[in-house]
Parts: sequence; C-alpha cells; structure tokens
Amino acid sequence: MPIIHIDNKPYEVKDGKNLLEAVLSLGFNLPYFCWHPALGSVGACRQCAVKAFRDEQDTKGRLVMACMEPVRDNMRISIADSDAAGFRKHVIGWLMTNHPHDCAVCDEGGSCHLQDMTVMTGHNYRDYHFTKRTYNNQYLGPFLNHEMNRCIQCYRCVRFYKDFAGGKDLDVFAAHNHVYFGRQQDGTLESEFSGNLAEICPTGVFTDKTLKQHYTRKWDLTTAPSICQGCGLGCNIIAGERYGSLRQITNRYNGDVNGYFLCDRGRYGYEFVNSKERITEPLVRHYPGDAANGQPVLHHVRNRMKAGKVIGIGSPRASLESNYALKELVGAEHFYLGISENDHELVSLMLKILQQGPVRAATMQEAAAADAVLILGEDLTNTAPMLALSVRQAVRRIPVQEVVSSIHMPAWQDAAVREAVQESKGPLFILNVLETKLDELAAGAYHTAPDNIARIGFAVSHLLSGQVPEVTGMSDEGKAAAQKIAAALKAAKNPLIIAGYSSCNEAVIKAAANVAWALKEQGIDAMLSFTVPECNSMGLEMLGGHRLDSAIDEVMNGNAATVIILENDLYRRMDQHTANHFFDRCKDVILLDHLFNATAERANILLPAATFAEADGTLVSNEGRAQRFLQVFTAAGSMQESWRWLLQIATLNGHPVLQHLAHLDDIVVAIQQRYPVFTGIESLTPPADFRMAGQKIPRETHRYSGRTAMQANLHVSEPKPPEDEDTALSFTMEGYRGEPPSSVIPFFWAPGWNSVQSVNKYQVETGGPLHGGNPGKRLIEPKVNAQTKFYMEAPQPFLPLSGHLLLVPVYHIFGSEELSVHTPGIAERMPAPYIMLHSEDARRFQVTEGHLLYFTDKGHQYALPVIINDKLQKGAAGIPVGLPHMQVAEAPQLVKI
Amino acid sequence: MFSLLRSMWLIFLHMFHKRDTYQYPEQKAPLPARWRGRIALTRDPDGEERCVGCYLCAAACPVDCISLQATEDEHGRRYPEFFRINFSRCIFCGFCEEACPTYAIQLLPDFEMAEYNRQNLVYEKHDLLINSQGKYPGYNYYKIAGLAIHNKDKGDAQHEEPPVDIKSLLP
Repeated sequence: MPIIHIDNKPYEVKDGKNLLEAVLSLGFNLPYFCWHPALGSVGACRQCAVKAFRDEQDTKGRLVMACMEPVRDNMRISIADSDAAGFRKHVIGWLMTNHPHDCAVCDEGGSCHLQDMTVMTGHNYRDYHFTKRTYNNQYLGPFLNHEMNRCIQCYRCVRFYKDFAGGKDLDVFAAHNHVYFGRQQDGTLESEFSGNLAEICPTGVFTDKTLKQHYTRKWDLTTAPSICQGCGLGCNIIAGERYGSLRQITNRYNGDVNGYFLCDRGRYGYEFVNSKERITEPLVRHYPGDAANGQPVLHHVRNRMKAGKVIGIGSPRASLESNYALKELVGAEHFYLGISENDHELVSLMLKILQQGPVRAATMQEAAAADAVLILGEDLTNTAPMLALSVRQAVRRIPVQEVVSSIHMPAWQDAAVREAVQESKGPLFILNVLETKLDELAAGAYHTAPDNIARIGFAVSHLLSGQVPEVTGMSDEGKAAAQKIAAALKAAKNPLIIAGYSSCNEAVIKAAANVAWALKEQGIDAMLSFTVPECNSMGLEMLGGHRLDSAIDEVMNGNAATVIILENDLYRRMDQHTANHFFDRCKDVILLDHLFNATAERANILLPAATFAEADGTLVSNEGRAQRFLQVFTAAGSMQESWRWLLQIATLNGHPVLQHLAHLDDIVVAIQQRYPVFTGIESLTPPADFRMAGQKIPRETHRYSGRTAMQANLHVSEPKPPEDEDTALSFTMEGYRGEPPSSVIPFFWAPGWNSVQSVNKYQVETGGPLHGGNPGKRLIEPKVNAQTKFYMEAPQPFLPLSGHLLLVPVYHIFGSEELSVHTPGIAERMPAPYIMLHSEDARRFQVTEGHLLYFTDKGHQYALPVIINDKLQKGAAGIPVGLPHMQVAEAPQLVKI
Repeated sequence: MFSLLRSMWLIFLHMFHKRDTYQYPEQKAPLPARWRGRIALTRDPDGEERCVGCYLCAAACPVDCISLQATEDEHGRRYPEFFRINFSRCIFCGFCEEACPTYAIQLLPDFEMAEYNRQNLVYEKHDLLINSQGKYPGYNYYKIAGLAIHNKDKGDAQHEEPPVDIKSLLP
C-alpha cells in the first residue's frame, strides 16, 4: 500500500485510486464537482486542485488536479497550501459569475453541493460586476424540473444519463460559454433513471418535480431508512415527511444493492401514501341484524371470527411481520399466499433453485461486475430496472479491463477509457419475447416465444455439460444461438444468468438454473439472478402457505366463513369473475389495506393499514436479502402497521403465542424462532433499546424548524412528540448527532456537507461499503457441494395454433405496479391498454393498428386496440399487465379469437 | 448620620429633575426604527408578497416558532401557502429578519401584542402581511434573481443578458 504525505503527514492509501478518492477516503475536505465515484474522473471542473511536490526539498511545488492524479508511493501533496486554496477559491468565483442569485427559490438549496463547496472554499462575496448569461428552460416531463441558469457546466448529467444509464435524449448543445444541457426539444426525458439527475447534478439545474408540489428543505424533513416497494430488488431509500405527508424519496447508499442510484418508479412512486384514496379510519359495514354501532372495531372483528372457520390471505407487498402475524392468527393450515398460481409456481421454483443449488444469487453490485450476461425471457428495464442498470455496467467490464491493461490507463480515467473502449462491449445475450431496451448492447438478441427461449437455454446447458440431454428438433437459428451463447459463457470468469417472473414460464427458470449449474460444474464462478414480482414475494414464499386456488375452493365449498385479507387486492390476483364469485360466497371479509380498491369495496370490515412510510417491517429481496424499513412518521387517524392490528386482534382473542408480543423486536424474534430460515433478521437493525451515548438516533436534523408553530393553529400548546417504542430511532431532533450504525442512517449529513455527497463520510472508502458493513442480511446461500440435479425435460417448441393467440404478459415500469400508479406523474407515463400483434397475425385476424380486437376469456369480453410489432413471435400476442382499468386476463394462455 | 442626610438631600433634588416615567398607555414611548418588535411580512414595490417561502427564517429561529409551506403560482413565482408565527414562543431576537434573503420578514417597533388568551398569539399569514415595504423600500428580489416569473422572463432581471441562442455559433 503506497504512503502519501499530505501536508507533511504520512498516510497509507489504497493503490490504483486517484488522489481525490484517496484524500476523501481519508476524511479530508477537498471540493470537487465533475468527479463522481460511480462515474470516474474527467478533470472538467478544475476544482480539486492540490499542490504536488517533487520531494522533501521541493518547496515550490505545482498545482495538479487531484482527480486526474494516480496515487504513487512517497507522493507529497498539500491541500492547505495557499496557492492551491486560492486557486480553488477563484475557480468557484468564476463558476459563480453567472449563477443566478436564486438560492431562496431553488429546490436544491440546503442540500446543494455547489453551496457546500462555495462555503468550503471561502468564496463569500461576489466580485464580478458584469452581466450574467441566461438560458431558457425546457419542459422535461413530470419528474424533473429544469433551470439552466444555475448550471456550472460540470457535465455530470450527460455523463450519467448517456454514458452510465444509456439514455439517448439528453445531451450538451451549443459551444464555448454557451453550452446547454437539455433535450433537442421540449419533452419528457425517456430514460427510466432520469430521476437520478436530481442527485447527480451538483446544483439545482435538475430538481425533483414531485417534491416541488409540496416543497420542503432537506433540513425540515423527518426521514428514516426505508426499502423501496416498487419491485423485488429491495433498493435502499430514504423517505422524508413534513406536515404529515410524505415529501420525497432519495437514494440511500448501499454498496451491495443499489449503490448511488434509483429508478424513477422507486423515486417517484411514493405518492400513494398521500393519496385521497387512503383508508384512514376503520370501517364496519353493517348488514341487517348486525349488532350496534359504537363498539370498538376489534370487537366486531372478534365477533366475525367466532362465527366459523377463518382463513387468512397473505400478501407479497406486506412485510414479513404482517404475514407472519396473520399466519399465526389463523393457523398455518388456514394461511394462503395471496399471489396468483403462476407467481407462486415461479417464485417457489426460484427459491428452491437458490436454496438447493450450488450457484449463488448475485447482489446488484456483483451483477454489475459480471463479465458475461445471459438474460432469459426478461425485459429488465421494465421488471427490475436497477438490475438493467447493473447489466449496462457489466457489459463494459471486459472492454474496460482490456483497455486498462493495454494502454496502462486506470479505469477511473473516464474520458480516456471511453475513448479507447469506443463501441466494444462485453458479451450480453438476450432472449425475450419482445425487443428490450438492453438489446442495443447485446452481442445477440433473439425474440421468440417463452417455450423456445427455454429450449435455447436447455441447449446451452447441454453444450456446457454432458449431463443435460440434447434438445431435439431445434431450429438452425436456435442451434447457432445456443452455440454462440455457450462459447461466450465458457470464456467468462463470472458470468451472470438472469431470468424471472415476466416470462411466466417455469421452463425458462429451469433453463437458467441449468445453464448456471452447468457453468459451475465447469469450475466457472457463475451467478444467478431471478427477478420477483413484488417487494416481498421472496419473503412470503419463504414463510410458506397454501395456494390461493385452495382458498377459493375452501370458500366455494362453504368451509370458510370469514376471510382476513392482508394488504392485497384480489382483483389483481384472479380474473374478475372468479373474484366476484369468491366474494359472493364469503360470509365476512376483513381487509387490512392502504387504499380503497376493488377488494375494499367487497370487504365488511376495513382496517387502515400503514404504508411503508408509517410502518416498521422486514422485506426479503430477490437475492434473499432481508432488509428492514423503519417508520418515517406516525400516521394520522387510526392507521397502524398490519402486524399491530393483527396482534391486537390476537390479544383480544387470547391467542397463545401472539398475545405476548407487542413490539417489532418481539415479533422478529418470534419469526426467527418459528422459522429458522429467517435466522438473523433479528440483527438487521439495532434493537429498540439500543442507545448511542445514552441517546436515541434522531429522525430529524439539528436544523429542523417549526416545532412550536406547526401545530399551533390547532392548539398553542405543543403536543407531546410521538415516541418510538419499536426502534432505536426517535421522532424528534433530540438524540445522538454522530454517525449511526449503517442500517439505521436516517439521512446523510456531515459538517460542511449538506448535500447527498456527504455519503463519502459514511463509507469506508469512496464507493466502498458503509462503515460497519452494508445493511441487510442474505438469508439464502447456495449449497456449495450440492449434487447438481439438472432439469432434464426441455419443453416442446411453440407452434402457433390457428384461430388462437398465446397471450404473453408485457410489463411496464410505469403502470404495471399497483401502488406507484397513484403518483400522477407515473400515471401520465403509463401506456393505454393494448394488444400487441405480429403484422401477419394482424392480417390473419383482419385488424390493423388501432382497430379493436375482441376476444372472450372465461366468459369475459375483452376489446383491446391493436398495436403491431414485428419483433413479436408469430402466434403470440402481448398484453400489458397490471394497468388500472385493464382487466386481468391470465397470461400466458391460449385464447381463441 | 451624614449619609442619611445626604440621601435625603439627593432625593429632595430629584423633585426638580425631568420625569423619566411615561404615562403609558396615554403617553407612548418613542421607539427607534430598528426596535425589534412585532414581526410582519412586507410587500415589494409592486405590491406583491415579498416572501418566497425559502424556509430560512424558520431554520434560523432559535425557538422554532415559525412554520410555513412554500408553493408557487402558475408562472413559477414562489409564495407561502401558509405562514404561521407562534408569538407566545417568539423571543424577538430578529434572527429571522437577518436570515431573510428578500427583506420580507421584518421586525417593527411595536410591542402592543398582549392577549388574555394564548391561542390568539398564533398569527397566520393574513395577520402578518402588511401593505408596506417596511424598512427596506425599493428592494424587489425577483428583479435580481434569475428565475422567470409572470411579466419577467429570462434575461429581464438586473445585470442579465438576453437568453442564449443555443443554435448560434457566433462567439
């Protein structure tokens, strides 16, 4: 490890880093703009100047840009040197000559990197008295606000948007001192990762537009560490509240999971928490003969539960705690997984493969470091967006490695490395029904029916391992593809195989497992990654329960009188007819949920359940990582965690186990004791009695304002602040002001670093893990020495059937998820219902683009406008999944037209 | 004995001194212009609200007795949706006035705010907003800030060039 001397003091630093990274990792304050740990260095802003000296005798030294200088042993530099400090101050001065004097009305103010750096360099007064350059702004869609006057030309936005996230529609225009960052014309930014610009931009050019609707400064937010509910990847987020409504979601760095970024569904899909559709008070719907009003709702629940057999339906979007409480309350034999048959089959298969097979599930950061990627039947950008971002980085790994070794340029030299890499890409193969956004990076992209995808997967595993039988009757094209893929995977060291739920095909999952296992057999360190439909799909499957179909049978046969439904809209799990039938046959329906939905319409008792922002709980992500989300604020009305409702019901009923549980810690310990598969979730976050220097960890910053005025309109005496008996966090600004344990960081802040860039101070090294390790615990580890039991049976090839179409589900990042569509911006970007056909099929059924195609499924009439797409397999039809107003037609299935 | 007599003499002399006591409330004490009393929200020379809802006063307040919510009109001009000061907590330190970047919040030479009911000391925006520029006449924040609002487009503020034509190649 090289030793560098900073201001005549020796420090040990890590080799291969640049000076800026090394200095920041050591805890020094050195201003910078254009450098970003995920993007590398380009040396554009000239802000991180330090003095470098030749040797001990050299007193004159020379100014160098720290971000462009690799660390060398015995290097001597000075940060405090007056020349360097003066240079930095002047550079800020120049950057500020055109800055528009609008911090007071700028949404970035208070979490602005430019403000922080200006104060850090000591540029206090403007000494430039000439005119300022101005720009016109652009409309960039519902997520981002554009204010070009504030730009300091650091180029971070285009480097992230184009180079990192693969966006096409943001660029730099014009020349010299007129450069302009924006779109070619007004319009919505197309990238699914555009929201990150709000955090990447060191000043207020790009700011969060949903935050602007209810603007609050960072210091006024009550924040807590949380987990994104948008998909199964479990990205870490910070959720912020003010005046009783959720205001903003920002990234919470986790070096193993999402790193520095979030997708737009995760960042903006929070507004359902503030929705007018929220169930805020318990509701008991009476029917004739029912007892009096005014009884506490829990007595009503108890009375309904006495009436007869009670069954419980769990939910993949409810926490582990809530699902466990329901399962205990109704008894394991009466607990049903609230997921469709298809989802259950797929997720249980994935779980089995990961638990019993020899190949491990990749974290997202491991996925980004893979050197070959095979995607089977998955449009990642729409089903697991952040994993798509990881794949984009993985594709660059091999060419960057080659360049680094051939031109002796460190990988962080971003501009030089990109210049040398040009368009060369690592091996990525995509097999999917439709074209995907990642196809542009792929060495091979094949579009065919799910069964055929599985066949190619089986063929690849046959080529890799003799144990898998040959797939008979392969087309020449398929054979060629399989050979190409097998050769590329064989050459790799850390190949990644991705499959998931969106193909709705078990054979595809099996094929992915076969490929990964075959590689493992060859001694190649392969990784698997399965996408799951919802934030706790994996956790629910690990908890276990009966199929939803059996619950329907129970009710239809009259065996169950009362159904308790946990945070679930059953109209999204089964078709309307079955659901209507089901509810008609139920005597009593008790629903715990956030929003009035179709299921709520049919419930007799509604209990208001807290959302992720108002609840504590644990989720298990697709890689089997258990992560805890903590309550941000206490909800208005009677809303409380579902598990708390269920514990209260259990106490009233005198349940032998649950009546002794009251707090989060109790229930977590109970889960662990009952289900050994969850061992370790107890230590995800410190227990409720954890104290640092005798104090709790405050959710509010030390600058939090308005305590004695915000509720003064109701009563001039301040109410007692709510107490948090479940976690080590407090709802106030009182508490320990130092760095909390990594799993309970409510916000990132360090003295002099108000912006999100303060995360540097929480990391072991820049871009490395957080102090004390990244939060979360992996519950699923592979059986290393397991005997690999390959799946032997490849499916039959797909043959179009005359007069029929195979419905295949098409997922949309904006629209397919149940709760995020309550954000108006996301609803705006949602596609209208459609049915996608190949042009030949369209001709076969005599329809053209825009015509309505009619078909009947289980007695239900569908009429959907046609979209033509020739990339689609002939004989298949794509229909969007999960859109509101889009009735559920079970996909995949054959329908007669 | 001597000191006793001296005290009596001095007190006797006070009879001929000028009176320091004001006969309040009939007679009011003259207050200097920068006396820190009742807090008001002022208006800019065009009669518009000066407050832009930047939250700096609230952050500066040592007793946290200011709370507000920023919002904006259809042209992007920011203003407070509500603005509340709990005067039963206020210590009249004037930090809010010092923090205000737009001269909106000002402390006025007026202390006659006593109430029998403490709840009446909670002032909302319509109680605070006055029809005057207060101590700083002539200042208009939006004339200086580079944000476009109604009737003031990009490039119309003081010391601003017209917006860049990004299609031009001329230097």
